[in-house]
Order: sequence, then C-alpha cells, then structure tokens
Amino acid sequence: MYMKTEFEHLQAAHCENGVTTNLLRSVGISKITEPLTFGIGSGIFFIQIPFLKVNNGPAIAFRTMPGLIFKRTCNRLGIPVVRKKFSSKEQAEKFLEASLNSGHPVGCQVGVYYLTYFPKEYRFHFNAHNLIVYGREGDQYLVSDPIMENVTTLSRYELERVRFAKGPLAPRGQIYYPREHTPVSDDKIRSAIKTGISKSVNDMLRIPLNIAGVKGIATTGKKIKKWRDQLGQQKAGLYLAQLVRMQEEIGTGGGGFRYIYGAFLQEAYGYLPNEQLLEISKIFTRSGDLWRTAAVQAAGIYKGRIGSQQDFNVMGDYLLEISEIEKGAFRQLSKIKWH
Amino acid sequence: MKKEEIPQDDGALNKSTKEVCYAVDSEGKYTTELSTGWEVKSTALDAAWKDIDERVKAARQKVLNGEASPLLFFMELRLMDIGIVSAYTGFWKWTIRQHLKPAVFNKLTESKLQKYATAFNVELADLKTMNVHED
Repeated sequence: MYMKTEFEHLQAAHCENGVTTNLLRSVGISKITEPLTFGIGSGIFFIQIPFLKVNNGPAIAFRTMPGLIFKRTCNRLGIPVVRKKFSSKEQAEKFLEASLNSGHPVGCQVGVYYLTYFPKEYRFHFNAHNLIVYGREGDQYLVSDPIMENVTTLSRYELERVRFAKGPLAPRGQIYYPREHTPVSDDKIRSAIKTGISKSVNDMLRIPLNIAGVKGIATTGKKIKKWRDQLGQQKAGLYLAQLVRMQEEIGTGGGGFRYIYGAFLQEAYGYLPNEQLLEISKIFTRSGDLWRTAAVQAAGIYKGRIGSQQDFNVMGDYLLEISEIEKGAFRQLSKIKWH
Repeated sequence: MKKEEIPQDDGALNKSTKEVCYAVDSEGKYTTELSTGWEVKSTALDAAWKDIDERVKAARQKVLNGEASPLLFFMELRLMDIGIVSAYTGFWKWTIRQHLKPAVFNKLTESKLQKYATAFNVELADLKTMNVHED
C-alpha cells in the first residue's frame, strides 16, 4: 500500500506555525509565511499560571493556547477548516486514511513523550506538539515535523501512541486541515493582520489579571527575586532553567517568540506600509535581546557560577524592564491609525 | 539578535536536526538561519535531567527502604505525576496514592499491576524489581 499527497516540507521555528504554513501551501495558499501565521494567529503571549507545576517547575508560556494559531489564522483569512477529535483509535486512523486518500495532508496534535525521532532529552509529557502526516508507505506513515530539517516516518503503532498520548492537553487523536483552496486576496491579508495585532494588544495589555501579558512578565520578575529565599538556591536555579527552556527551546525562534513577532511586523509593513510597524519591530528585537540577556544571567545561576540575592534581583529586574518595553510596544501598536 | 550572533553551540537536539532562528541582517531586515544550539539552553536542559536523575535515585532508595512502592520509582523514571498516571491507567488519583504505599501495592492483583506496567512501558515482572531495559 502506497499513498502520498502533494506536499512540500518547509522547516519552521515553531511547530504550529509550521504546520499551519505548510498546510496552507498544500491547498495552494503560499503567501502566508511563518511570521505572518504567528502574527495573524496572535501567537505572542506571556503567562505564568499560579499554583500549577509542570515537570516540577513553574508553568510559564510565551505563546497562546495550543491550537489557536491554526484556528485564528484560517478564520481570519476566511479559510474553512476541518477539525476532529476522536474517542476511538480505530475511528481516528480511519479518518486519517480517508483524508490522505482524498489528497489532504493533515495536521495532527501529538504528545512528544513517545515521539521516537525526537532525542530522548526532549521527550517530556508535552501533548501540544504538531506535525503533518502526508502519506503512508506500507506500515510507515510519512511525517513532516516542521521543526525538523527533513521529513521522517512513524509506524502505525508509533503514530497511534503519540496521537493518543494522555495527560494535560491530551490530543485525543486531533486532526485538522484546511478544507479546500480558497483564494486569499491581499485585502484579506491586510484585514487579518490588523485583527491579529489588535487581539495581541488585548492579550498583552488588557487581560485584567496580573499573571498574563506584560503585567504577567512583571509579576514573574517580582517572583524571581523571592525564589532564592522561598525555594533555596538549587530549586530556584531549576525554576530559572525551566523559564529559559520555555523561552528558548525548539520552537520559539529565539527570545521567547519576540524575534518572530518582529519579523511579522516587518512583513506586515509589506501589506500595510506604515513606518511605525518598522519602528515597533525594532522594539521587539530589543525585547528579544533582553530576554536572551536574562537567559544568560539565569544560566549563571543554574550552572552555579553566581547565585547571590543580588544576582536574583538582577534577573528579576530584567523581566521588569522587558515588561515596560513590551508595554510601550503594544501601546504603540494599539494607537496605529490604519489608512 | 544579529544574524552573525546566532549561537552555533553543541546541544542534544543537534543529533537530530538544526533549528530555525530568527535574526536581523546587516540592513536590519529579519531573516532566518539554522542554529546547532545554544549553550545557555542546553545547560538548562542538562540541569533538568540532572534533577530527574537525582529524583529517580532518591525514589529507588525510598522503595528499597520500604517507604514507598515501586510506583514512585517508575513515576519519576517516566516523568509522570499522579495526574498523568491516572490518565494512562484509568485509576483515580486517590487510588494511586494508596498504591504508592508498599503494603497496599504488594496486595494488588495482577490485572491492576498490568495496567501500571503498560503505563510505564515495562514488563510486569520488572515492576516489582525496578529493573529497566531501555528501548
């Protein structure tokens, strides 16, 4: 048995951006690059969820809820989507086969713990990874994982196991793809960019909780200053290591997605030539740079090279400064008058 | 970040793939470049795994001391908390907490033990002995 859909693998920084971009290309929509997907889908975010522990560390995210980038991007571009979850593994595979047979490469939400082609060091119980299945050769599904340079394969059993991984954000076999080719005009892209930016402004400035958006960044900064006393040197170091991993690990493009957002604003300028977009893009570059400077400080602590209260204060202050920088950037974005 | 500043350090990921980074070129325009890794984040991952190794060792000792059942060892080994074990086995969290006590664990039926063995991806026989054959 051999079946293969029309599909071209393009590597991306982030899995959901990459799956979205590549699936859109598979239905002939090729103008939507990774940064446009991320910006139109309002991917940029920050949240530290209180009281929740992930892998014995703080629950921190630099991006919006998994699944939303694909959903919003397609929505805002007026592209109809197919999305399905399953309670039965057999139904899930049947649907996958039927989609492939009808010529659709499909996005699958998967857990990474049993993702065999990932290095062992990366295999945690994280269930919101995304990949594309674009065909099958005998027992092997053809897989395009956008964070990898090259395509790969998973056996039927391996694919089923990751599609039905359990725990938080369990994928339940979730499958999604754009239903059909839909013409996407530049005007449509312009309006989608504006909607994407305005949603991100809301997410980062106007959520009335101090755990999310720019206020969330400041709150985490203040918390970090207390970690040394509250948790002890070693555990505080592990917490910082977790922050750095969420910020820099595969998928963020560097600087906790802030660079991708800077790239988005530059590409947005191509559709909406407003000089402010280029200026604000520079602010996001500065913010990303400062996130990375903070990561270097954190590394000094978890490697045990430094670790005084003063060092934690410096670390916390970086986040307070980033919070102010991003507040300024999103305020400027909120005030842009589109022509 | 400038394109030429993208770190090209060693890391666990680079056995499988390089990763895409975003950075600006000499004209300030955003572009992408592949990176082999960044020491700052590979040491963050190392720190996490060192902690996991210590937790696994401590759990093994607790089981040997009779303070916990082998479930604790396999939970640490498989990076699972009680919620994840509950999701994979179908047991309630409360029940799993009971099974973490050696006296309760030792009386479990084979079918219940098999659920744990499946969840931890180990042989039933290895569940009690804490033998691990890596796949």
